[in-house]
Amino acid sequence: MLKDITFGQYFDNNSFVHKLDPRTKLILLILIIVFIFVSQNWISLSILIAFVLFSMILSKIPLRMYLKNLKAILPIIIFTMLINLFYSGNGEIEPAWTLNLFWGLKITSIALIRALYMIVRILLLIIASAELTYTTTPNSLTDGIEKLLSPLRFIGLKKVVHTLAMMMTIALRFIPTLIEETFKIMNAQKARGADLENGKLLQRIKALIPILIPLLISSVRRAYELAEAMECRCYNGGEGRVRMKQLKYCLKDYIAFLTVFAVCGLVIAINIVF
Amino acid sequence: MDNIIEVKNITFEYEDGDEKHIVLSDFSIDIKRGSFTVILGHNGSGKSTLAKMLNGLYKPTSGEVLVDGISTSNDELEIEIKRRVGLVFQNPDNQLVASIVEEDVAFGPENLGHSPEIIRQEVDEALKAVDMYEFRNSTPHRLSGGQKQRVAIAGIIAMKPDCIVLDEPTAMLDPKGRAEIISTIKKLNKENDITIVLITHFMEEAVNADRVIVLDDGKIVADSTPKEIFSNIGLLKKVGLDVPQTTELLYRLKESGMNVSTDVISIEESAQKIYDAIHLEEI
Repeated sequence: MLKDITFGQYFDNNSFVHKLDPRTKLILLILIIVFIFVSQNWISLSILIAFVLFSMILSKIPLRMYLKNLKAILPIIIFTMLINLFYSGNGEIEPAWTLNLFWGLKITSIALIRALYMIVRILLLIIASAELTYTTTPNSLTDGIEKLLSPLRFIGLKKVVHTLAMMMTIALRFIPTLIEETFKIMNAQKARGADLENGKLLQRIKALIPILIPLLISSVRRAYELAEAMECRCYNGGEGRVRMKQLKYCLKDYIAFLTVFAVCGLVIAINIVF
Repeated sequence: MDNIIEVKNITFEYEDGDEKHIVLSDFSIDIKRGSFTVILGHNGSGKSTLAKMLNGLYKPTSGEVLVDGISTSNDELEIEIKRRVGLVFQNPDNQLVASIVEEDVAFGPENLGHSPEIIRQEVDEALKAVDMYEFRNSTPHRLSGGQKQRVAIAGIIAMKPDCIVLDEPTAMLDPKGRAEIISTIKKLNKENDITIVLITHFMEEAVNADRVIVLDDGKIVADSTPKEIFSNIGLLKKVGLDVPQTTELLYRLKESGMNVSTDVISIEESAQKIYDAIHLEEI
């Protein structure tokens, strides 16, 4: 069970969206997020809603996966909704109706619409981002980020980009190993009579110390051994390194780009017309 | 040049606070190209330090280590030396870099800057050589210890080394994993002509070697063929090595007056020897 958590959110499925280059997905996600906020009215927003729904269907990810994700951010949605409901809509336009509540709080028709608008935006944002993590393995995501950031080498940041990507790769590799180790240490401490489940909060935090210290020490030792092993495999900080799997845009990527550009164009056009 | 590695009068010391530790002093060995050498020694005999000196990971305090005639203190050729002499460590978990098997194996060739098509080929060949090809898209933490260690070996083979030094590669494995690794090593030596230096404290693993070197306290106490080493059980016990049960049994039988030789290790062979000895006595 634990082993699966470490695989991030990735949901294996061989859909059109899965096969896209990670760079395509990253760029398009950023574009869509920007245009969710560019869109000024319900008509342009509905185009984005349609597009996101369409991509959800294309991704072949079960709906419950998305719902699970939304459940986690429900408090944020409710909070945003309440703020917008009570504190916006005091503009110059006279609202169609006003509902006066206790303590001087009131809900206007404009505020209600604005709150709904905000919620839809957040939902789209979350769903689109979730789709990226559902359809892309952490590894290819790392590769994509490294490749996208590679122009930074022109301003002398090549080493930084490579180091960040290497760190992400190693972190992904060691998460399951460290989780396994944490459980081993916990069991070892329990066998020695440590009580991890009972007691007040402060006591339980204190009980974690004998788990964290061995974990920290062993991680440092691992890091040292890994560094030696990497050195033995001719690693010298990424100088002259060539990747085996080269990312390549193909027809699918161009189709995706064109579709998203069309959607964005439509959003701008509708913003201007209405 | 017949020797792939020449260790010439090296000394290795390190300071721990005020204390000075001498691990190896005036130590020399040659490793023949294509050979299978086993270095036996208990913990603290200096065998791990020696392993790390063979590819220049540690530099000797004095003396020199030559790989194909190139000194490991030559900083310009550091990468080339590490490519020629690969090092496999004890803990497979701490050697794997990427979370997909084939990407991990590709790590070495990628660092060497080969072209993507050649890397692909090297990775496939390496994975096939250790019999892990069908696991190429798997992830290390779903593999057994023996499988992980084979992936680590593949990661070294992918760089096309001339020699592989293995520093207790089986110490953390179960008996099954241990057998897998030993047969992989044997195969690489026989079929791929890779020179093997296997450092271990399990005597059984020395059976297949061409040459066995016994280390104690930074010094060579024996250097011979496995048969001869195993017939000298007294010495092995003196330097604190675990003697295989069969050898121990034969040794005890011999001590108590039975006419058996102690130079066999497999259970079948030992049984045969004992049977023969009993038979002989009856006649």
